[in-house]
Amino acid sequence: MSTTTTPTPAPDAGPTTDAAAHRPGAGTLVHAASSTGLRVLAAQALAQLPEAFRKLDPRHLWRSPVLFLVWCGSVLTTVVAVVDPSAFATWLAVWLWLTVLFGNLAEAVAEGRGKAQAASLRATRSDTVARLLDDTGATTSVPSTRLRVGDRVVVEAGEVIPGDGDVVEGIASVDESAITGESAPVIREAGGDRSAVTGGTTVLSDRIVVRITAAAGESFLDKMISLVEGTSRRRTPNEIALSILLVSLTLVFLAAVATLPPMADYAGAPQELVVLIALLVCLIPTTIGALLSAIGIAGMDRLVRVNVLAMSGRAVEAAGDVSTLLLDKTGTITYGNRQASAFLPAPGVTEEELRDAARLASLADQTPEGRSIVTLALSQGADDQDLPAGLDFVEFTAQTRMSGVDLADGTQIRKGASSAIAAWLGVDIDPRVIATVDDIARQGGTPLLIGSQGPGGESAALGVVHLKDVVKDGMADRFAQLRSMGIRTVMVTGDNALTARAIADEAGVDDFLAEATPEDKLDYIRKEQAGGRLVAMTGDGTNDAPALAAADVGVAMNSGTSAAKEAGNMVDLDSDPTKLIDIVEIGKQLLITRGALTTFSIANDIAKYFAIIPAMFVAAYPSLDALNVMGLATPRSAILSAVIFNALVIVALIPLALRGVRFRPAAATEVLRRNMLVFGLGGVLVPFVGIKLIDLLVSTIPGIG
Amino acid sequence: MSDTLAGLVSIAALVALLALAYRPLGDYMAAVYSSDRHLRAERLVYRLTGVDPRAEQSARSYAVSVVGFSLVGVVLLMAMQLAQAHLPFSRDLPGVPFWMSFNTAASFVANTNWQSYAGESTLGFTVQMAGLAVQNFASAAVGMAVAVALIRGFTRARTGNLGNFWVDLTRGTLRILLPIAAVGAVLLMAGGVVQTFSDTPMDTLAGHGQVLTGGPVASQEAIKELGTNGGGFFNSNSAHPFENPNGYTNLLEVLLILLIPVCLTRTLGTLVGNRRQGLAVLAAMGVLFAVSLAAVTAAEVGARSQAAQAAGAAMEGKETRFGEWASALFAVATTGTSTGAVNASHDSLTPTGGGMVLLNMMFGEVTPGGVGSGVYGMLVLAIVAVFIAGLMVGRTPEFLGKKIGARQMTYVATYMLVTPALVLVGTGVAIALGSTSDALGNPGGHGFSEVLYAYTSGANNNGSAFGGITVTSDFFQITIGLAMLLGRLVPIVLVLLLAGSLAEQGRVPTTAGTLPTHKPVFVTLLVGVVVVFTALTYFPALSLGPIAEALA
Repeated sequence: MSTTTTPTPAPDAGPTTDAAAHRPGAGTLVHAASSTGLRVLAAQALAQLPEAFRKLDPRHLWRSPVLFLVWCGSVLTTVVAVVDPSAFATWLAVWLWLTVLFGNLAEAVAEGRGKAQAASLRATRSDTVARLLDDTGATTSVPSTRLRVGDRVVVEAGEVIPGDGDVVEGIASVDESAITGESAPVIREAGGDRSAVTGGTTVLSDRIVVRITAAAGESFLDKMISLVEGTSRRRTPNEIALSILLVSLTLVFLAAVATLPPMADYAGAPQELVVLIALLVCLIPTTIGALLSAIGIAGMDRLVRVNVLAMSGRAVEAAGDVSTLLLDKTGTITYGNRQASAFLPAPGVTEEELRDAARLASLADQTPEGRSIVTLALSQGADDQDLPAGLDFVEFTAQTRMSGVDLADGTQIRKGASSAIAAWLGVDIDPRVIATVDDIARQGGTPLLIGSQGPGGESAALGVVHLKDVVKDGMADRFAQLRSMGIRTVMVTGDNALTARAIADEAGVDDFLAEATPEDKLDYIRKEQAGGRLVAMTGDGTNDAPALAAADVGVAMNSGTSAAKEAGNMVDLDSDPTKLIDIVEIGKQLLITRGALTTFSIANDIAKYFAIIPAMFVAAYPSLDALNVMGLATPRSAILSAVIFNALVIVALIPLALRGVRFRPAAATEVLRRNMLVFGLGGVLVPFVGIKLIDLLVSTIPGIG
Repeated sequence: MSDTLAGLVSIAALVALLALAYRPLGDYMAAVYSSDRHLRAERLVYRLTGVDPRAEQSARSYAVSVVGFSLVGVVLLMAMQLAQAHLPFSRDLPGVPFWMSFNTAASFVANTNWQSYAGESTLGFTVQMAGLAVQNFASAAVGMAVAVALIRGFTRARTGNLGNFWVDLTRGTLRILLPIAAVGAVLLMAGGVVQTFSDTPMDTLAGHGQVLTGGPVASQEAIKELGTNGGGFFNSNSAHPFENPNGYTNLLEVLLILLIPVCLTRTLGTLVGNRRQGLAVLAAMGVLFAVSLAAVTAAEVGARSQAAQAAGAAMEGKETRFGEWASALFAVATTGTSTGAVNASHDSLTPTGGGMVLLNMMFGEVTPGGVGSGVYGMLVLAIVAVFIAGLMVGRTPEFLGKKIGARQMTYVATYMLVTPALVLVGTGVAIALGSTSDALGNPGGHGFSEVLYAYTSGANNNGSAFGGITVTSDFFQITIGLAMLLGRLVPIVLVLLLAGSLAEQGRVPTTAGTLPTHKPVFVTLLVGVVVVFTALTYFPALSLGPIAEALA
C-alpha cells in the first residue's frame, strides 16, 4: 500500500539509520585507550605468554629475519655467559632473550584476540544435523560435514542452517546474530537479492529449502574462522616491501658491526663478542620487526570488530589507497525513503486546508512516506485529536495509483502522482499548480498532488505535498573530509539525472551515476581504473557481481546473494553501505601504523649510538666521553641500558600496534608533518630519556654499575 | 678586502652564476635527451658504429650496454697503459705496472679518477688525452644517460623501454659535454692554465736549471671538473699552479664542478613536467651542501684563532693563493659531487673539516652529486623517503605517479646496501692486515681516517685522496679498483632495473591524498633520511677516526 513511486525498503535492509550510529559499538574495545583497555591487554598478554615461549622455536622465527638475528645473538650471548660467566654477560643474555620473547608476545596477543573470536564462532559451527532433500521430496538426516555443493536441505523454524547456500524455496526469518552480532532477525527468501543464507545461523519461522553453495570446511564461517585466527594470513605486498627495506637495513648494520672488530683492534680497543652483539641488536630495527605481523593481524581484527570480513590483507591495504568511492544513494547517502517537507497549496486554498486534507488522506497510509506526511502536518499545527467519524480509507492500488479517504459527508480526498490525480479529477489543473509540481520534480523531489471531490461533484486540486529524499545528517561533512583525503565520492542511483543532480548537490558528492545499470557501474569502474585510480564499491545483488569483482575493494552486503559475496573481497556483516568509509580509514590506519613505527624504530638508533659507542671506545679514545651526553654511569651500564630500553620499547608499543595510530582525515602533508613530529622527532628524543632512566637503575646492579 | 668578505663574495658569485645557468642549461639538457632530431655528426657516429638510433632498449638491454661499454673501456685503457712504451708522445715513459693500470682504468671508467700514480711522471700525452680524457667524457655521459633513463622510468607508462643508451651517450658527449668543456678550456687558458705540448726549462731563484712539465692541461682541466671526474694532469691536481693558477680559475673550476649536477635537477623537473619537483631535489642537495660548507669553512677558518696558529695552523696543506675559504669551498664542492679534484690536501684539513668532507662522500655523492649519478642517487634516496612518508600518510607509497612496491624496494634496498658494504668491508679488511700500518702516513685515529677515506672515496666514485696513505701495493690497487668498479656498475644496473620496473607501470593520478613531494616537509624528510641513514651506517667507523680526533 505504497502511494509513491519509491520502492519501500524491505524490513531487513539493515540498520541503515545514521552514518555514525554503528561506530561507537564497533570499536569501543579497540579505541578506548583507557586504563581498563590496558588492563585487558595486560591480561591477554599474560595469557599468551606460553604461546610467546613456543614461538622461540627458530623454525618459526626464521620468517622474521630481524627477530631471527636477535635469536642468534641471544644463543651466542648465552654460550658466552655459560663459558665465561660474568654478571654483564648474564644480564645481557637475559635481556636479549626477553627482546625475542616480547616480539613473540606482540604477535601472540594479536593472534590471541582473533582466536578468541574464532572460538566463539566455532561453537556455532558444531555438529549440525542436516535434512537432505532428495528428488522424490523425501528427507534424510546427515551430519552437516557431509554436505556437498549442490545438495538441497530443508530447514524449519528452530533449526540451524547446516551450511552456506541460497534459498531456493520459501521465505523465513533468520537469526544471524551468530555471525553479525545483530539480534534483529532478517528475512531470507527464494529468488532476488536476499536469498543467501550462512551456515550456523538459525531459522526462526517458516520453512525454507536451501541449495548448498560451499562444501563443509570451505564455508563462510570456516573462512572467517581461519581469517580471524590469522592461520591463513599471507604477507601483503606493502608488508613485503617494508620487510625488504628492513632486511636491507639489518644487513647494513650487520656490515657496520661485523667490520668493527678489526677497526677496534687497530684503535687498541678490542671488543668483547657480547658487546658487539648488543650493539647489533640495538641497531637493527627490532621494534618494527617485532611488531610488523602484529600490526597486520590487528588491522584485520579491527575490520572484524566493525563487522567486516576481508578475504585478504591485500584488500585492506588497497582500501587505504582508494581514490574513488562508489556509494549507493539509497540507504547510504539518503535515509532511503522520501519524507514530506512542505505543503504547497493551490491558489485559493489555505495552507491549513491542504495540510488537514493531506493528513486525512494519509492517516491509514502506513508507508514511511504516508507517516511522514502525518508527522509534518502535526508539526505544523494540525490537531491530532480531531478525527471525524465515518471515515472510509481507500488503499493504494496499482490501477488507480492513488490512495485517500472518503469522508462521511461524501467528500473524497485522494493523494497520488499528479497525472493520476488529474485523471481522477477530470478537470484542468491550475497551471500554477502544474508549475509547482514541475518545480519540485526539477529539484529532485517527488510531488504528490492532493485533490478532492465534494459530494456535489465539484473537483479541485488542493495543492502539492513536497516529498524529499532526505540526505543523512553529516554526510556533506563526511564527503568533505574524504575529499581532503583525496577521495572522490560518486553517488550511484536509479533516479533520473535531474533528481540525481539535485541530491548530489545537496549531499556534496563529487559525481553521480544516474539511472545506473550494473553495466554502467562496471564501465565507470573500468574508466576510473584506466586512469590509475583504485575504486571501492558496495553491492548486494547478483547483477552487482561483475562490478564487485572489478572494483579494487568490493564490499558485498551480507544480506546479498552468494554470487555478490563471492565476487567481492570483503563482506559487511551489518549490510551497511556507509561502512565503506570506515574500511578506507582502517586501511589507512594500518599503513600509518607501519610507517610510524618504522620511523620510530630507526630514529631510536641515534640515542643508542650515543649510549654504546662512547662505552665501547672511551678506553682507547678518552675524548669520546664527550659523546656520553646522557652521562651514563659505566660503559657496561650504558650498553645494558640500551639493550633493556630496546626490549622494553617493544612492550610499550604493543598497545599502539594493536590499536593503530589514530587517524584523522587531513591533507597528506599535514598528516606527514604531524606523524614526523610525533614518531620521528619523538623517536629521536624518547630513548635519550628512557636509557638514562634505565641506567639509573641498572648502575645499582653489582658488577655492572 | 678581508678574507671573510672575499670568501662570502666568491660564494655569492658562484650561487649567482649557477642560478643564471639553471634554467637555460637545465632545459637545454632536457631538450637534448627528448629531441627526435639527430645532428649530422651524430648520424655519422651511428653509421660508423652500426647503431640504429631509433631502436628502443629495455632496461636489461640498456644495462647490458652500459656495463659492456664500461668493461670494454677498462680493457682498452689497461692496454694503452701497459703498451705505453710503444705509443707516440709518451715522453719516453715506460709501461704502467699491471695492477696500477687496472686500478687506473677502473678509476677513470667509473668516473672516480682515483689516482694511485703521479700524473705527470707516469703517463704520457697519448694515454692522458686518448685514454683518460676520452673516459672523462664517456664516463660523465654514461652517468647522465643513466639519470635520464631513470627519469624516463617515471615519465613513461606501460612500456619496458628506457630509450637508447648509445644515442644518449652520443648526445650527452657531443651536445652537452664537448661544447661546455671547450668554452671552459678557453676560459681556463685565459685565466692562465697552460695548454702546450712541451716542457718549459727555466732557471730557479737558486740559479739551478729546472724543467717544468707542461702539457695539454687546460683542455683536460675543463672536462676534469665539468664531468665531475677529478683526475688531475699533475699529481698535485688543482693545487698545481699550472692547473689552477689563481682565485679566478679556482672559482671557475668550482663552477664547472657544480654546473651540470645542479642544472640536471632542472632537467628532472622539466622532463617529469613538475619544475617544483626539480627544485625540491635541488633544495635537499643544497641544504646538505650549505651545512657542509659552513661546517668545513668554520672548522678551517676557526683553527686560525687558536694557539696552534703560530705553527701555521690550518694553512698546512693549503695553497696561500687560495686560503681557507677557497680551499674549504673547493673541498666541499669536490667531495659533494664525486669529483675528487683537490686544491688542498684533505689530509691536512682540521679533524672536523676532514670528517665533514668524508661525510659528504658517505652521503652517497648526492650533494649535489656526480654528473648524472647525483640525480639518480638522490632519486633513489627520495624513494626511500617516499616509502616511509607514504606509509605515514596512509597510502601505499607512490613517487612521481609510480607505485613503490616490493620490486622497486628490492632494487632500492640493494642499492642502499652496495656502497656501505664496499666501504666497510674494504676498510675492515685493509685495517686488519698488518701490512697496512706500514702504508699509513699517520698513527692512531688519523691513520684510520686515511684508510676509511680511501675506500669511501673509491666505492662512492669520488676519487679524491686524503693523502698520507701509500696505495701502490697490489692489495690496495686491486681492492680499491674493485670498490670503484663495483661501486659504479652495481648501483647503475640496479637503477636501470628500477627504471624499467617503473616504466612498466601505469601512472597513478595525483589526488589530495597523494603526498606532495615538492613541499618543504618532504624536503626535510629527504634530508633527514640521507643524514640518518648515513650517520647510522658510518657512526662506529667515524667515531674511531674523525670524531675521536675532533673531540680530542
